[in-house]
Amino acid sequence: MSASEPLLRVKDLDVSFGGNSVVSGISFTVNPGECLALVGESGSGKSVTARSLLGLAGPGSHVRATALDVAGKDARNFSQRSWRSLRGKEVGFILQDALTSLDPLRTVGKEIDDALRLHSSGSGSQRAARVVELLEAVGLDDPLRRASQRSGELSGGMRQRALIASAIALDPLLIIADEPTTALDATIAASVMDLLGDLRRAGSGMLLISHDLATVASVADSIAVMAAGRIVERGTREQVLNSPQHPYTRALLAAAPAGKPRFTKLSPASTHPKPPPLQPEQATVHQGEEDGVVLPVLSARGLIKNFPLSKTENFRAVHNVNFDLLPGQTLGVVGESGSGKTTTARMALGLLRTDAGTVELLGGPWSQVPESARRNRRSSLGAVYQDPLSSFDPRHSAEAILADALSLGATRNPRAHRQQISELLSLVGLAPDMAQRRPATLSGGQRQRLAIARALAPKPKVLICDEPVSALDVSVQAQVLDLLDELQQRLGLSYLFISHDLAVIRHMSDHVLVMRAGEVVESGTTESVFTAPAHEYTRSLLAAAPPSLSSI
Amino acid sequence: MSTHLAKLPRLLAAALLLFFLLAAIAPNLLAPVDPLAIDPAAAFSAPGPGHLLGTDESGRDIYSRIIHGARSSLLIGAAATAIGLGLALVLGTLAGFGGRWLDFGVGRILEVLFALPGLLLALVFIALAGPGVTTTVIAVGLTWAPGYARMIRAQIIALRSSAMVEAATVLGRRRSRILLVHILPNALAPLAVLATLGLGQAILWAASLSFLGLGSPPPAPEWGTMLSAGRTYLSLAWWMTFFPGLAIVLVAAAATVLSRSMKAGGSR
Repeated sequence: MSASEPLLRVKDLDVSFGGNSVVSGISFTVNPGECLALVGESGSGKSVTARSLLGLAGPGSHVRATALDVAGKDARNFSQRSWRSLRGKEVGFILQDALTSLDPLRTVGKEIDDALRLHSSGSGSQRAARVVELLEAVGLDDPLRRASQRSGELSGGMRQRALIASAIALDPLLIIADEPTTALDATIAASVMDLLGDLRRAGSGMLLISHDLATVASVADSIAVMAAGRIVERGTREQVLNSPQHPYTRALLAAAPAGKPRFTKLSPASTHPKPPPLQPEQATVHQGEEDGVVLPVLSARGLIKNFPLSKTENFRAVHNVNFDLLPGQTLGVVGESGSGKTTTARMALGLLRTDAGTVELLGGPWSQVPESARRNRRSSLGAVYQDPLSSFDPRHSAEAILADALSLGATRNPRAHRQQISELLSLVGLAPDMAQRRPATLSGGQRQRLAIARALAPKPKVLICDEPVSALDVSVQAQVLDLLDELQQRLGLSYLFISHDLAVIRHMSDHVLVMRAGEVVESGTTESVFTAPAHEYTRSLLAAAPPSLSSI
Repeated sequence: MSTHLAKLPRLLAAALLLFFLLAAIAPNLLAPVDPLAIDPAAAFSAPGPGHLLGTDESGRDIYSRIIHGARSSLLIGAAATAIGLGLALVLGTLAGFGGRWLDFGVGRILEVLFALPGLLLALVFIALAGPGVTTTVIAVGLTWAPGYARMIRAQIIALRSSAMVEAATVLGRRRSRILLVHILPNALAPLAVLATLGLGQAILWAASLSFLGLGSPPPAPEWGTMLSAGRTYLSLAWWMTFFPGLAIVLVAAAATVLSRSMKAGGSR
């Protein structure tokens, strides 16, 4: 194979499952040292494409192409045996979920050694040395010790690095990475992307699959945007990001909240059914106003929560957290996984007892009173979760869920609240015919809209949103964020908004708390925290965030 | 087509269960011959045109006895499963939702019940309460309760900390209402599958107890009793044991196959 020959040449690739076409007629090439990013939302066919290139499209799949050259070989009629000799040796594959990709019962060193043992000879000690070398190359500290650890003993970022080490163990010419950083925290994701960038500069060809344009922007040379099984736009990174031609690409770019001022619409207006006119009694924003002083609707003082690890050891989940949520405003809580955001939210919701400290709701005691005393006041506090589906009873229809919320639990018969249910549905932009559907048959965005409708049913003053858009595609995320913005302006709601995503927090919040390891390391107005971060950790978080697309 | 082939066991099982259900509801439709009619002249007839599945030591028609025995076998199976589930529901809910001390107490009781082999437990109960159909049903139900109870408890504990229950709490629902509306129905759904599986097992158990002479008294057409009666003549008239045994196996197997396909369908 000569150096100028492409590592990957795909022409008119079609993949179908039982007559349903999921990828149709896509073509692309990847040359040595080049990185192509395949970007699309869930269901666009990008992962199936990646898997087809490795003969892993799965049972029931039907793959056809006029050309499918992988590492210089025509792979169209490959046997399982030929695929196996290709994988690992010529093509390295990096998956999103490193935890499930690594065998929990075997050491990381053994996992990487597998690839070496199956494809090349070399004595045991030579291979062991190579394993350590690889672990060092992917930036793991103390590689000797890491090699003897099991995947459960490593953090998410370390696992992803170990997986990358096993993918590059045989110096493959081509690396295919399917959402390699999606499951990782921002700072760790940034370092893994850097590592992939280094590999590319070392001469590997790379096919990078992601749902997020911003993530791939730092590494990719060219970008192909996929929608509904087709490539709708392709070009160099600059072309696609700076002068997108296809409306879908433009919508994707517009949907990214990074760098968009507060209350800017992220989604095209047409996708948004116009809500009914504002009702005057709901427009009062300053419920807490007294003699010109604005009182917080939700406030926390000195919150502490420890979880016992053993008889003598405690895990400090939340330590001395204070905040005030003002009426009609949004308080953003940002931090990486394990920073205590959700624990704080659960204490604010009165679902978790505080070890010390108090939460006050609308000026009255909240965390210190028994649940029976809270129950009557719960209607003023709603919650929206990351995974709305699991928060619904799977046996109930959308209208039954709303009827239950509207009647304060008295009935699930939708007839009693027909009018209010249709008002709620239109308020959150759901079509009336969704009423009879069960949550499991709704799309991710529709489920979150239903969850918001349920939370709004008792006419709350405060909504606690725990990663409400983290599981959603960018364009759906944009719609849900727009909806939350709009509801806040119309109903005068206050949000405690939790997210790991800095761009989302910046777009949504008036004030921000930055949390790390259970503590608030920085707080202030959104502008001051983002433009002049005082704490080192905030600065490192901001540096790790993918650049706002408009600045590339 | 492979999909049709895959459906075949399910269809067969459903047809078999329907057949025995019909036998239980209207036995005379399928077997007009009186199951208790004695005909000494025709004793020990081999399966043939006159007696489809042969006759027993008194010349009673085996086919007719199996068909007429379906009712008591299915009833025993259903009733025992219902008793087992009912008892398990109470114990499981107490353990799963009643707080730490109740969980501890119920847990120890279940462990004691688990420690005894099921059949022994049933025998002890029958020894205390005296033999008979009702006692058999309760005894079999009793032996099944601990297993179901453990599963209900595990389901409830898993659901108790689910986002669904959290959401209901945030909406201000009472614990009792959350238990009734959200937890119990969702905890019981997977158990419905298990109960089908248990139905076949319970029939098997009831037959075992009847075989030991602790269930229905002899002249009544009951599968286990028939097995037991035929055992004496096994070398002379194999059909006396074989066909009632086959009926038990078929019902138990059909119930198992159906429950498995329900489970596969449910976990889609």
